[in-house]
Amino acid sequence: MNTVFEYTKGMREKEMHYCPGCTHGIAHRLIMEVLEERGALGNTIGVSPVGCSIVAHQYMNVDMLESPHGRAPAVASGIKRVHPESYVFTYQGDGDLASIGTSEIIHAAERGEHFCTFFINNAIYGMTGGQMAPTTLVGQKATTCVEGRTVKQAGFPLRMSEIMSQIDGAVYVERVSLATPAEIRKAKKAISKAFDVQKNKQGFAFVELLSTCPTNWGMSPTDAIVWLKDNMVPYYPVKKFKDVEEV
Amino acid sequence: MAEKQLMKGNEAFATAAINAGCRYYFGYPITPQNEIPEFMSRELAKYGGAFIQAESELAAVNMAYGAAAAGGRVLLSSSSPGVALMQESISLIASVELPVVIINVMRGGPGIGSIQPSQADYDQVTVGGGNGDYKTIVYAPSSIQEACDMIYKAFDVAEEYRNPVMICADGMIGQMMEPVALPEPVEPVMGEEIRKKKPWALTGHRNERERHALNSVWLQQDLLEEYIDAYWPKFEKAERELQEWEDFMTEDAEVLYVAYGSTARIAKEAVVALRNEGVKVGLIRPKTLWPFPEKAFENLDGVKDVISVELSKAGQLKRDVRLAVEGRARVSLINRYGGMLLDPAEVVERTKKIMEEVK
Ligand SMILES: Cc1ncc(C[n+]2csc(CCOP(=O)(O)OP(=O)(O)O)c2C)c(N)n1
Ligand code: SF4
Ligand SMILES: [Mg+2]
Repeated sequence: MNTVFEYTKGMREKEMHYCPGCTHGIAHRLIMEVLEERGALGNTIGVSPVGCSIVAHQYMNVDMLESPHGRAPAVASGIKRVHPESYVFTYQGDGDLASIGTSEIIHAAERGEHFCTFFINNAIYGMTGGQMAPTTLVGQKATTCVEGRTVKQAGFPLRMSEIMSQIDGAVYVERVSLATPAEIRKAKKAISKAFDVQKNKQGFAFVELLSTCPTNWGMSPTDAIVWLKDNMVPYYPVKKFKDVEEV
Repeated sequence: MAEKQLMKGNEAFATAAINAGCRYYFGYPITPQNEIPEFMSRELAKYGGAFIQAESELAAVNMAYGAAAAGGRVLLSSSSPGVALMQESISLIASVELPVVIINVMRGGPGIGSIQPSQADYDQVTVGGGNGDYKTIVYAPSSIQEACDMIYKAFDVAEEYRNPVMICADGMIGQMMEPVALPEPVEPVMGEEIRKKKPWALTGHRNERERHALNSVWLQQDLLEEYIDAYWPKFEKAERELQEWEDFMTEDAEVLYVAYGSTARIAKEAVVALRNEGVKVGLIRPKTLWPFPEKAFENLDGVKDVISVELSKAGQLKRDVRLAVEGRARVSLINRYGGMLLDPAEVVERTKKIMEEVK
C-alpha cells in the first residue's frame, strides 16, 4: 500500500492542551514539517514564549527552552552565538512579542540576527484569560475592554509586520493567515523561506501568522475562522512585505 | 602564576574571565563598570567568542540565559540598578539550573542613586533578587587580585552547582589600579565539544537522543514542590562547603569588626591603629556573602562587641552578623552610605564611642 500521509516526526505523540479550534497546533505542525523535510530536526533549537504556547516543547521534537515573557529574541541571540550553524527560532504570541517584548524583537532585527521568529497574532492575551492585546482590533471585546476597544481609551492596534519591514536587518517579512487550507499551505511556504534566509545567513526573518483564539473570542471554531477573515485580514493585510536577497 | 602587572580593576576582571575560558559576554553600559564591556568588545572575537552590546539589561541577561543553555561559558556585568533589572531572569536561570557568572560593580542607591562606591546591594544579592526559592552564590573581593581569583573560580563553581554566581565588587575596586598576577588561561569547551562535555546543554538532538526541554514553568504545583526538593540539597551543600572568610587579629579580640570588600581594607587599618593603642580589636572579613560565613562566628569567647562596618544605612550586613552572633555579644554598626566612604580615623573614633557605651 502507498503511504499518502504520515504524522510528522517533528511532533511528539502527546495529547495537546490547546482548546478545540485553536490554531497554535497548526502553526506548531507547519514549523515541524518544514524542519523535518529539510532533515533539520536534530540541528534545531527553539525558544518558546510566555503564553498558551509556553509548553510548545512538549509537542515539538527539537531541543527547546522557555523564555521569560517577551525576551525570546534575546535568548535566541545568545543561543545563536554558541551554535551559529544550528537552526534557531522563536515562537511568540502577540502579548509576548508586541507588548512586553517590543524592545527585544526590534533590536534582534536591527542586529540582523540569523534566526527566525514566528509571530502568532490572535489579537488577544489567550493564556491569562482574554485581556486586550496591543493587536486587539478597535471595537473587539476583551476582559479589559468589555464594551470593545476604543481609540480614545487604548489607541490603535499595532501592525508588527509593517514595523518590522522598516528595519534594515529584517530581510524577510511576511504575514500569512491560518484561516483556510490554501492559506495554510502558503503559510508553510513562508516558514520554509524564513529558514532558507537563516541557512544562507542573509539576516533576520519574520513570519506573522494570523490565528484564532475561539475560547477568548467567545466563538465556535468555525465562527472564529470567519471572524478572522472578516475582521483581522482587512486591518492586517496578508502579504509579503519584504524579501531582500542580501543585507 | 604569571608575572604581576599594574591593571585597572574592571579590565583585570574581564581578562580573568577570558583566562577562565569565558567566551560570551553580554552587557549594557552603566558606570562604574563600563571598562568591562569595552574590553570584551575588543578582545572576545580574537578568541573565537562573541560580544553583544544588548539593548538593555533585560536583553543582556536573557542573551546570557540562551548562551548558557547552549553550553557556553558566559559572563554578564552591570551595576546596582542594572542588576536589579536582571533579577527576574537570574531567578529563571537558577530555576532552569544553568551556570552564569555576573559581576556587580556596586554603586549608591536606591533608585538611580549615585555612581560612587556603595554596599547597599547586600540585600539585593543575598536575600532579595528575583522571585521564588533559590539562592545566588555571592563572592565579595577586597582587592583586584582577589577579584581576579574569585572570577576565575566562579566559572567552575557555577558549572559545578549549575547556578548563577555573582562577584560583588564595589566601584572602588572596579576603578582603581593595583598590581595583579593573572590566572593561567584554560581552554574553553566550544562547538561540537559541548555535546560531549555538557550533556544537559541544548545542542540539537542529532536524532541520537530525546529532545531536551529546559522548562521553568510548572502548571502542576505538586511537581514544582518535588522539583524544588530535588535541587535544594545543592544549596545546603553550598552552605556547608562554600563559606569563605579571612580572620585578621581575631584570636584575643574583645571587639570584632565584620567588613567585606573595599571597606574591609579600611577596617583593617582601623584594627592596626587601635592595636597600637592597646585595644584588642580584630576583623572577620566575609569573602562569600552567600553562603554567609557563619562558621567564622563559632567561637566568640571574650568578645564583647561585634561591629558591622559597611556602606549601607540599613545595616544590611549587620542583620546577617546578628543572626550569626546569636545574642552572644552586642552587635553595632559603623556605616556611611549613598556613595560616601568611611576612613580609618572615623572608624577608630566611632569604635571608641561604642566601647564607652558598653561600660
Ligand atoms: C513577567 C510576566 N508578566 C506577565 C505574565 C502573565 N502572562 C502569562 S501569558 C500572558 C499573555 C500571553 O499572551 P500572548 O502572548 O498573546 O499569547 P497567547 O496566550 O495569546 O498565545 C501574560 C501577560 C508572566 N507570565 N510574566
Ligand atoms: S486560550 Fe486561545 S490561544 Fe490559548 S489554547 Fe485556547 S484558543 Fe488557543
Ligand atoms: Mg495572543
